[in-house]
Amino acid sequence: MSHPFPATANATRVAPPLEAARAYPVKPSDVFLFGTCVIDVFFPGAGMDAIRLLEREGITVHFPQAQSCCGQPAYTSGYTDEARAVARAQIALFAGEWPVVVPSGSCAGMFRHHYFELFKDEPQTLKQVESLAERTFELAEFLLEVCRVRLEHTGSPVRVALHTSCSARREMNTHVHGRALLKQLAGVERVDHDHESECCGFGGAFSVRMPDISGAMVKDKTAALKGSGAAEVVSADCGCLLNINGCFEKQGDTLRGEHLASFLLRRTSPAAEGGAR
Amino acid sequence: MSEWMSMQAMNARERILGKLRSSLQGTSPIVDDYDVDVLTAPWRYAPEARIARLRQMLESVHGETLLTTTAEWPLRAIEALALRNIGELLIAPTTAHGRQFANHVALNAVPLRLKAYDRAVEAWKEELFFRTPASLTGTLGGIAATGSLVLWPTPAEPRLMSLVPPFHIALLKASEVRDNFHELMHEQGWAGAMPTNALLVSGPSKTADIQQTLAYGAHGPKELLVLILQDA
Amino acid sequence: MSTLADVPGVPIAFKRNAREALDDRQLRRNFRGAMDFLMDKRRSQFPDGDELERLRAFGNRVRARALSKLPELLERLDANLTRNGVKVHWAETVEEANAIVHRIVEQHAAKKIIKGKSMVSEEMEMNHYLGERGIDCLESDMGEFIVQLREEKPAHIIMPAIHLNAGQVAKLFHDKLEVDYTEDVDRLIQIGRETLRRNFFEADIGVSGVNFAIAETGTLLLVENEGNGRLSTTVPPVHIAVTGIEKVVENLRDVIPLLSLLTRSATGQAITTYVNMISGPRKADELDGPREVHLVLLDNGRTQAFADGELRQTLNCIRCGACMNHCPVYTRIGGHAYGTVYPGPIGKIITPHMLGLDVTRDLPTASSMCGACSEVCPVKIPIPALLRRLREEAVRAPEAEPHHVRGQGTKYSKKETMVWKAWRSLNTSPVLYRAAMYAGTRLRGLMPSTIGPWTAHRSAPRLAARTLHELAREHLGDQ
Repeated sequence: MSHPFPATANATRVAPPLEAARAYPVKPSDVFLFGTCVIDVFFPGAGMDAIRLLEREGITVHFPQAQSCCGQPAYTSGYTDEARAVARAQIALFAGEWPVVVPSGSCAGMFRHHYFELFKDEPQTLKQVESLAERTFELAEFLLEVCRVRLEHTGSPVRVALHTSCSARREMNTHVHGRALLKQLAGVERVDHDHESECCGFGGAFSVRMPDISGAMVKDKTAALKGSGAAEVVSADCGCLLNINGCFEKQGDTLRGEHLASFLLRRTSPAAEGGAR
Repeated sequence: MSEWMSMQAMNARERILGKLRSSLQGTSPIVDDYDVDVLTAPWRYAPEARIARLRQMLESVHGETLLTTTAEWPLRAIEALALRNIGELLIAPTTAHGRQFANHVALNAVPLRLKAYDRAVEAWKEELFFRTPASLTGTLGGIAATGSLVLWPTPAEPRLMSLVPPFHIALLKASEVRDNFHELMHEQGWAGAMPTNALLVSGPSKTADIQQTLAYGAHGPKELLVLILQDA
Repeated sequence: MSTLADVPGVPIAFKRNAREALDDRQLRRNFRGAMDFLMDKRRSQFPDGDELERLRAFGNRVRARALSKLPELLERLDANLTRNGVKVHWAETVEEANAIVHRIVEQHAAKKIIKGKSMVSEEMEMNHYLGERGIDCLESDMGEFIVQLREEKPAHIIMPAIHLNAGQVAKLFHDKLEVDYTEDVDRLIQIGRETLRRNFFEADIGVSGVNFAIAETGTLLLVENEGNGRLSTTVPPVHIAVTGIEKVVENLRDVIPLLSLLTRSATGQAITTYVNMISGPRKADELDGPREVHLVLLDNGRTQAFADGELRQTLNCIRCGACMNHCPVYTRIGGHAYGTVYPGPIGKIITPHMLGLDVTRDLPTASSMCGACSEVCPVKIPIPALLRRLREEAVRAPEAEPHHVRGQGTKYSKKETMVWKAWRSLNTSPVLYRAAMYAGTRLRGLMPSTIGPWTAHRSAPRLAARTLHELAREHLGDQ
């Protein structure tokens, strides 16, 4: 993958060419898991479910204990130096050959796309960035395209709505992978919701800095999810889930979104092993 | 022009250009890799489909089209005017088609008053705007992809002739319809010879400015009739 | 509601405006309906995704090429227009541009101006400037005419009256034009037509914008559907076109991809009713057309955006409005809340160069960075990346060099800078990070149930009992 940068800061920029369809490697024996900071403290269960899904495919999962955050919060807030320092720490941790699986499309997108901009003036680091980008996979993508999983549904029939975070959709095609995985589950019917591709209003700091606009967006999103007729909501991004679930709860609604990893594991495990949530 | 103004203008010009130049220092211009294929490949039509495409596109925006011939078009135009109870038509009598139409009207004693745009607009604004219900003009060709007519207004057929009268009849020779804008512009050599005014007209005037509701006859013609001369 | 930054240097009250707009149910309905309509229309014009992507890449390249030799192209445009008999003027500021227009008005002792649609004239607040000097400016685009009657600014760059429904226009026409109340849109448009018609030939001067200025031929290209643009640029004896310096393209053929992208992206039309290419005033033997044509080239901050390669991409814009049509923020608050001439995503990235980052300080922040805008942008402006860049400029120390944007550091705060430095320490020190997360999860009972603005619309998020770090170590061992 190449991210051509202009020779100088004042050169006129041309948009990079469209990414070619990604070529996927064969299933590896070992992977890194980058857990993400939101999953770490708010949805650790989703992270564990991701690990179990990978282990079930016969893969040894490595979780470097020194990992923290991809740097996105500082990056999108304009604190580029701080983001770069944090990014540098992650790059060092995930060196080597193993793929890096990320159960969040927006953090995966940070690795795959935005680190190039962060390190554009550091040719040596760029080589590591290139390697990291090539090895980074969003979880759903990895299960589908690298592990080529064939999932068997063990639960009762259910209708689900799938929300995909904007960066996951636009940078990682996660909506396509998520849909394909759900489609493997006979008895799981994925239903569309109104304005499905529209943002839930999270946007990290946006939800705090522009609470009224963000609030209006998440209210529309929860109404659309409710209106879809789905009994369950899944998403591969925990930032969105914080936002959407918080809004459901505030409205006194019992519906909660669940990470795709948790849904997939729960719905494909022998009933005795925890078919219930 | 006042001295202040030209001084000011020169200074602003030099300052703007100066800033732009210094911003580009050390950079090189992006090369022109114009990709004709992108503009032509999706918009090619077999000869038998070309006119159909043009008609379909024009009709989708409330343009009316009629297939006719060099001999018969005056009749079709007269029928269209009669249908609308229009007794007056603005033509360009010095053009070939204007002459043909005027002769036809005279020979057949058609009850139609013909008038010409033969003086500067300032001399007859009121009449042009309020007492000229229809006009007839030629075209320089058509574009199938977008359903467009090409008009290069001339002293004989000035700019407003195709714009002010509520009903515009345009003559289009089938042989002068091209698949797409690129082909037409290239073939007609536009870049070397732009007139004071060149127009693409694709249907009657319209607007969707009130609640996205399409309404025709905003400021220009309410109706456009394109007479397509199949044998020309 | 304040619609423009009236006082120089004072930040636009964006948050207040947004709150008011969010509470206006009629406005919300009007915008949602209009945006859904425009998104569908655009989609219907691009059934072939490959064709769209190839065309967008082409459009991007055409615009980038023009910018990469902008000074040269502007000089060529100036020379060719002058050769064609058009008078070219240059203005660094809106004040200069207005003064130029006013001089021309005075030379002709003009009293009345008819205007085709022009966002640059909005940027100049030309109507206000000339109005104060006793000159009447009448907007002739139906949407612009409606907002002028309401004494408002356009709510959208392509469809100025998009915030109103037919009933609201019906009432406006009934009140202001003293016509019978009707919600019939055909009838309303005919009322507009009849009201404006005489003005086209009574006006002393016609003013218009420009969609593309072609250097090679010295041609001004304008697109429109109504015919008012052609009338405004043809009937009055003098035509003044106003445009930004970035609107120039190199060759005539360059407009072909841009035209296709513009009309299909903007209103979902294969082409507009009229594409009007003006290359000079009326010639001696011609019977209509203006006897004088002027072009005013306006900078107004564009050279600032131009100075930096990344920010320069802002100037790729061809003003189609697709970014606002697809923006979840614009859809909910409408155009006026931005308090700027250009609302929506493009407004957020262009206006800081015009008014300063201090005046527009909330605009770059008012985005979830969802990327819906850049996904549809016909010339591939990376809008979220540019928003991020402006956020960076806003939090950099005001005195830090180099200076890229006027109003740099408007959001700089020692406290927030410290917070992010602490965040960096936390996230680059594994020991610190794990200790903090451990403490956080153990003390989660102490977490307040309301945390500032977040909990206005959502319950507070709850920390897990144990972190993934801990669970993973337990499961996988220390790694």
